[in-house]
This record gives sequence, C-alpha cells and structure tokens, in this order.
Amino acid sequence: MTYITKPLAHHPALPRNALGLTHRDYEGSMSTLCAGCGHDSITAAIIEACYEMDLPAHRIAKLSGIGCSSKTPTYFLGRSHGFNSVHGRMPSVTTGANMANKDLVYIGVSGDGDTASIGLGQFAHAVRRKLNMSYIVMNNGCYGLTKGQFSATNDKNSPSKKGEANPFDAIDLCQMAIQLGAGFVGRSFSGDKKQLIPLIKAAISYKGFAFLDVISPCVTFNNHPTSTKSFDYVRAHNLASENKLDYVEPKEEITVSYAEGETAAVTLHDGSKLLLNKLDGGHDFRDPDEAILTIRRNASKGQVATGLLYVNEAGEDLHDALDTTDRPLNEIPVAELCPGSKALEGVNARFR
Amino acid sequence: MSGTNDFVIKFATVNGSGSASANTIFAKTLFRMGIPVSPKNIFPSNIQGLPTWYEVRVSEAGYMARRDGIDLMVAMNPQTYANDVAEVVSGGWLLYDSTMPRLWQRTDITVLGLPIAEICAKIWKDARQRQLFKNMVYVGALTALLDMDVKVLEGVVGDQLKGKEKLLAANMQAVAIGREYAEAHFECPLPIKVRHAEGAKGKIMVTGNEAAGLGAVYAGASVCAWYPITPSTSLAEGFEKHARRFRVTKDGKRNYAIVQAEDELAAIGIAIGGGWNGARSFTATSGPGISLMSEFLGLAYFAEIPVVLYNIQRGGPSTGMPTRTGQPDIISCAYASHGDTKHVLLFPSSPTECFSMSTDAFDLAERLQTPVMVMSDLDIGMNDWMTDPFTWDDNWVADRGKVLSREELEGFAKAKGRPWGRYQDVDGDAIPYRTLPGTHETMGAYFTRGTSHDENARYTEDGTIHARIVDRIRRKFDTAATLVPKPEVNIRDAGSRTGLIYFGATRPAVLEALDYLDRDGFKLNALRLKAFPFTEEVKAFCAAHDRIFVIEQNRDAQMRQLLMVEAEVPQEKLIATLNYDGTPMTADFVRQAVLKQLQPAKAQAAE
Ligand SMILES: Cc1ncc(C[n+]2csc(CCOP(=O)(O)OP(=O)(O)O)c2C)c(N)n1
Ligand code: SF4
Ligand SMILES: [Mg+2]
Repeated sequence: MTYITKPLAHHPALPRNALGLTHRDYEGSMSTLCAGCGHDSITAAIIEACYEMDLPAHRIAKLSGIGCSSKTPTYFLGRSHGFNSVHGRMPSVTTGANMANKDLVYIGVSGDGDTASIGLGQFAHAVRRKLNMSYIVMNNGCYGLTKGQFSATNDKNSPSKKGEANPFDAIDLCQMAIQLGAGFVGRSFSGDKKQLIPLIKAAISYKGFAFLDVISPCVTFNNHPTSTKSFDYVRAHNLASENKLDYVEPKEEITVSYAEGETAAVTLHDGSKLLLNKLDGGHDFRDPDEAILTIRRNASKGQVATGLLYVNEAGEDLHDALDTTDRPLNEIPVAELCPGSKALEGVNARFR
Repeated sequence: MSGTNDFVIKFATVNGSGSASANTIFAKTLFRMGIPVSPKNIFPSNIQGLPTWYEVRVSEAGYMARRDGIDLMVAMNPQTYANDVAEVVSGGWLLYDSTMPRLWQRTDITVLGLPIAEICAKIWKDARQRQLFKNMVYVGALTALLDMDVKVLEGVVGDQLKGKEKLLAANMQAVAIGREYAEAHFECPLPIKVRHAEGAKGKIMVTGNEAAGLGAVYAGASVCAWYPITPSTSLAEGFEKHARRFRVTKDGKRNYAIVQAEDELAAIGIAIGGGWNGARSFTATSGPGISLMSEFLGLAYFAEIPVVLYNIQRGGPSTGMPTRTGQPDIISCAYASHGDTKHVLLFPSSPTECFSMSTDAFDLAERLQTPVMVMSDLDIGMNDWMTDPFTWDDNWVADRGKVLSREELEGFAKAKGRPWGRYQDVDGDAIPYRTLPGTHETMGAYFTRGTSHDENARYTEDGTIHARIVDRIRRKFDTAATLVPKPEVNIRDAGSRTGLIYFGATRPAVLEALDYLDRDGFKLNALRLKAFPFTEEVKAFCAAHDRIFVIEQNRDAQMRQLLMVEAEVPQEKLIATLNYDGTPMTADFVRQAVLKQLQPAKAQAAE
C-alpha cells in the first residue's frame, strides 16, 4: 500500500460554496479501504457536511486512533491538519490540541474497537470533560484492520450478527455517552446520507461534546459464523496463508433511504439484515432518560434507533470549566506568559 | 564530627500527627539563623498511622548530603522505639515522651525524658489541640537543648500561620512550656548546639517539584496534564499554584489549562496534543507512569512532536518503593518505547536546576521536535533543599524552534530553494520545519502519524524511505548533543587519571566525598552529567581518565551502561558505584567505595 494522490485539476463547472470552494477542496487522498466499505460512505458524508457548511478547512483539525476507520481522515479534508495517533487514544490527543487552541473545529474519528475496547476509558473521560469536538465512531461491530475479530459493540442478540460465538453483551456507546454527560448524541447508518449529513453538520455546530455512532458495515469481515467471509471461515478456508485475505471481492456500497418514523431493513454483505428505526421526533430528545429509554425499547425489538437521540441545548465545554482566557493559548507569546525577574524576587523571598 | 552547627537530628513520629509542620518549623529556624540545613522526609506510603521520620543534617561547612549516625533522636513514636534508639551514635542523645516512662537498654547515650502528653493534658482540653501542640512542645525543648534563637523561631511560626494569627500565641506558649521544662530538667545547651552562621545566607529552601512547576510557568508552559503519583504530584500542584498567581488575566481568566487526566496514557496524550498544536505542554509522573506512557513517547519521537515530561524517579521495579528515592529509570527513559527510539534526558541536581532546566527542556523539545524528559527524583522533588535562589534573565527569548508562520510558509520555497515538506531536512541539522493547524487556507496542512511516512508526511510502506526517515531522526540526536547543557567538570588534579562521573541528587554527597578523599590523599577529577545525549566534554573526560567511578542510585549501573553504549567508553574503565536502598546517598558511601578500589587497606581501616 502506498499513498495515492488524486489529480487536483478542477472542472470549471463544479459548484462552489460560499467560500468559493468546490467539493473537491474538501476531499483528501484516495481511499485505500476495501471497495464498498461503509467507512468510505461516512468519509463522503463528512466531506459533504463541511462543504455545505462553508467551513474553512484549515480551521478544522481531524484526529483519529488506529483502525480502518481511523485511517479515513486521510481521505477527507486534505487542507486540514490531521493526526492519526495511537490505538484508542484519540480523545486525549484531541483534548490537548483543544486545550492549546479552542478556536479550531475538532473532528475525531474512531472505530468501535478503538472506542469501545482499548479506548473506552479515554472516550468516557473526554465525554465527561465536555470536550468541544465531534466524535464519530465508524461502527462495524468488528476489528477491521486486524481482520475481523469481534468488537465490544457486536450485539449478541442482533439479527445481523447472531452467531453464538460472541457470548457477550454489546456496549451501546450512545447510551454511555448520554449517561456520561455528552451534550449531543446521535446514531445513523453509513449508507443513509440524507440522515447522516445533517447529523454531522449539527454535531459540528454543537458547542460541547457531540457524539455520533455510525453503523458502518465491513464488507470483508462480518463475523457471521456461517458466512464465508467471517473471521473463522477465512482462517479455516484460506489455504494461501493463515489470517490473510489475498483477494477481496469488490462490493457495492450499501445505501438506504427511508422516511422518519419508518423502519427500514438493510441487507448487509453477509446477507443478514439490520433493522433501522428512524426516529421522527416522537421522543423528547432533550430528556436524557427518554433518550436512553428509546434506544433500549428499540433494541429490545431488535431495532436500532437512528437519528438525533439526545441534545442538551445549554452547550458547555471544557474551557468553561477550566476558565481559560478567550485567546487560544497557543497564540499567547511566551514573553507574555513569563512572569519575569521582578516577580521572581518575590518568589525567592517566600522561600527564605 | 558532631558539635556546634554540625550534627544530625532525627524526628521519629507518626504519619498524620501534625508533626510535619513542627519539623519544618524547626529546620526553617536553623536555616534562618544562617546555618546550612538539609532536611529529609522519610515517609511511608500511607496517610495516617504509619511511622514517619524527618532527618535534619546541620552543617556549618555546608555539606548537604544525608549523613549516617544520629546524634539526637526525638523519639515520639513508641512503635519504632527499638530501631530509633539503636540508630543513635554512642555518646548521643535520645529525647522521648516520658509520660509513660521506659527503661532503655543503652547506657552509652543520654536519655532525656520530657513528659509531653502529661504536660499537654494539663493545659489543653481539646484533643486535637493537645495532639498538635505536643509537637511544638518538643520543638520548645529543642530550643533550649540546642540553644536556638527563639525570636527567629517565632518569625517562622508567624509566617506559617499567616492569616491565623490567633494561633501564634498558643503555639509560642507550647514552645515556652517545652523550653522551660528542658531548662529546668536538662543540662542546656547540649554539646551539639547551634549558633548564628553565614552559610545559609542568600540561599532559599524549596523542593525541586515546586521549583520545576515554577520553572514551567516561567518557560511559558500553558498546557499541563497529569495523573497523581508519588513523588511527582507536587510538581503539577506547584505549577498550578504559581500559574494561579502569575497567569491570570485582568478579567480573571486563565492563561493556562490544567487537566487531571484519567491515567498516564491520557496525561501524555494530552501533552502531546498540546505540543502538536503549538502550546508548550508537559506532564509529570514517576516510574509506573513512564511505563504507561511508553507507547505515546514513541509516537511523539517518530512523528516529531515537542513535549516535556518530568520524571520524578522513585524506587522500582513495579510499585517498588513509592516513597523512597532512586535513579532507576535511566535506561527505560533513554530508550522509552518500542522500535528504535532514543530520548533527550536532563538531570537536574538541585531545585535551582529543576527551575532552570525547565526552560532548557521546553526550548530543546521545541527546537528538536521531540520529547524531553527531566529526570529528577524523590529526594530533590519532595525534600526541602537549601539551594541558590532562582534567577531570571529578562532578555531570555524562548526558542520555539522551526514553526512556520503564514508568511514564512508562503515564502518558504523562495527562501529555501525547495517546497516545504513536513519532514524535509532543509538545513542539514536533521530538524524539519513544522506548521500548526490553522496557519494557512491552502498551504502547510499535513498528516501526523505514527505509521511510516515520507518527507512529505505521506503514508509509506517503502522500506528505503522508512530507513531514510529513521536515519534522519537519529542524526537529530547528534544535533541534540550540541544543544543540551554541558556537564560540570571539576578538575582537581590535571595529572590524575582517576575520575568520577555522577549526576542528579548525588551531587552533595559526591562533592563532600571528594573533599574527604582529598584529605585521604586522592585528588579525583569529577564530571557531573547534565544531559543525555552525551556531549563532547563527556567523551573527552572519559578519554582522559583510565579509571572512572560512575556513581548512581540503581542496581544495574544504568548510566554506566549508557556510557558504554552511547559514548563507547570501554567497560573496564567504568567502575559501578551503586546505592539502591531508597535512601539519599551519603558522602561516606562514596568515599568508602572509592577507597576500596584505590587503597583497600585504608578503606578497611576507615570502616
Ligand atoms: C496498542 C495496540 N494494540 C493493538 C493494535 C492492533 N490493532 C490495530 S487496529 C485494531 C482494531 C481496530 O478496530 P476498530 O477500531 O473497530 O477499527 P476498524 O478497523 O474496525 O474500523 C487493532 C486491535 C494496535 N495498533 N495498537
Ligand atoms: S476490512 Fe472492513 S472495515 Fe476495513 S476497509 Fe475493509 S471493509 Fe472496511
Ligand atoms: Mg471496527
């Protein structure tokens, strides 16, 4: 795998946003993910959201952990600084970056392994600190990059991945986020642009911690024990080399379009079905208890509630708690931060 | 050795009994009398109830290392009587609470019984007051026994009680009671006593952690993340304390941000995020935290992100001796993280240097775009040291390193003859130019990653490119060797081929030992390391000497190993001189170790 640049030539007829930028100006380099991977659809939605919001790309910082999902920041916003950190630690790096400069837009991308397993602690504490960022989990219920092991969001009762091989209950990141004090929580599906783009835009606009759990099918590993593309099957049947997939069949991106209040059944690459229930605003999304109840009620019916789940309109963030000055800390010259020799005389006097 | 302004006194008390402030008052009083003092806290990993000791060496000659042999034991903890009494030198004194009289086995020491509990019970009705004033009663007795200046003591107590003036009279009453009892019942003063002196004049008394925290404020640090761990906690607290004074804007807002993280992984992650985004950022920790921070240190090393890490070392391995000192993290820090990594280390030897090296650390981190670790330890960090006052040059300009402004970025290609690329070595010093997020609409954005990347920060799996990049980063270490603080070299005999290398908290012990060795007839040349990588001076010193004692506080002679590997000093030249029992090093230990090699017969005689 090597880096693939996209040609930068612009078609003169391309539409431009208020900043005079085209869609292409918000793209990154060519994706190296499997064709049809849900993560690429989310990438496209992020690009679209930023374009439509007329965001100056250089005022955005995109950060991620490790995983297929965490690679995606290379594929969007080529004019933004990016930081692909270490596995599960995107929240802390984003916290530090945000402490240093409160004026940028922070988009954090993570996977379900990155967030719900190795990074669960950092996720929880970033939520708790109300870090002003948009935290997007590209949730495929498995570890894509290490070839398909179960992740902690893999639902043992989910009709999509009902293999007995996973004996553990799933962690519901949206419920956790609401409980831990996230100000904005939503869930969507990678193939539902109509729902996803507005949710991303709302998350970016929100001041405080905005969390989006985006279900994003992995075309290559799906953990269905009977599926020929499951981890177990690949291990048992790929004679060329253990744990190694030499050829990945190109798949079509899964898309879905359905109205609010409706339920849609999405057929995943392994043939299993995912039931999505698009919320129509029937629940009071300002009430955290109702939001959690809505998620749980849907889950008990084998459905996944999608849409805006919870919002706390009194947006608060870490800097409010830390009482930092309005100026970004990284813009204050050291000379201004240093108390100087006169003050030091006073300090010395206290130690005599 | 013992006499006027030259003795060791030790207080044996119970953790959480309020003795700590009384003991500090005692030491500070001597200090303000101008007498060099060196207090050491020997405390348990516990909040209340376990034994704790406070040892004060008094030395008009200015020897500030710990010294074995207790001249006067203030034994206030019956739990530890047996050991405490055994530690007193023959001819020494024992002061104890004789409310419950004891028969003491030793006939070679003088026992001074002071019925403190009984006295206090008569005067104070409140149990808490009784307990607190107990401590001031023994301090009072000491003023008579040691002939301390009570006026000076009153000044110290007054300073401690700023804002609680009512308590001053009560405290001084307790002092007077102890003093009167001692005068009436003991032969005062003892042969070991104090008198006004000059040695402490102009000095300050401060802990290294507070000094380092203050240093970070002066260096312009604005992002701090930490996770509580002894003995580093008071560093972040020191930063906060001084930032609160000096870093608040007119409208009451803060020019700094501190987060107490959920663990050390997050603490270093936050510091790295802040460094990446152009703020001077740091964290402070100790051994177990270093282990946790390892993965992130490799990221900062490879992705070339400035960050400062204070490691206040303690006894390891594992949880080890959390409240005892040591220098056991030299190798784990020099090579922290997997893969080929190597880090810049600084070795302060006093609180004054914890302050001054803070500026060095932030300057070096930003200049070199890499983690810099300040290797302090529990002894420097948590004990009050008599040390030179802090100084500051108002002409100092922070070295923010190669960070491109918008204009510099636009003019880069013209000025440098080639387009900007994040990891291009344009100047031949192996240090590339970096940009901060938000600098420019169309230029300077790049992707920071711990995966292999080319000179333009693009992902690569091309082994040739990978090797080229890691080679350049290694060359950056050569540049580092020209920038780090130079060692302190002390040539006592230009003709001598015997030398001694030391660093950090052992400085007082080594300097004192060198004096004794002089008297023993051995003039040793000495070099105090201040940094890793080793500078030319270190290599020259090693080349000029055939036999070099390497003094350190760990089991595996880690600095010696580093000298062998990184300065290519032949191993037979380097004599490991090691102490790792968790106590600060003594001059006698160094002297004996050297004599054992140089003159075995004399060493035995001296033992
Ligand atoms: C400390 C550490 N442990 C393990 C790994 C190996 N690893 C890389 S990606 C990954 C899982 C990623 O899963 P997820 O976050 O769900 O991302 P996905 O690939 O599914 O998008 C693991 C375990 C690592 N990079 N670092
Ligand atoms: S392995 Fe799965 S998650 Fe990773 S790129 Fe391929 S389809 Fe996407
Ligand atoms: Mg995943």
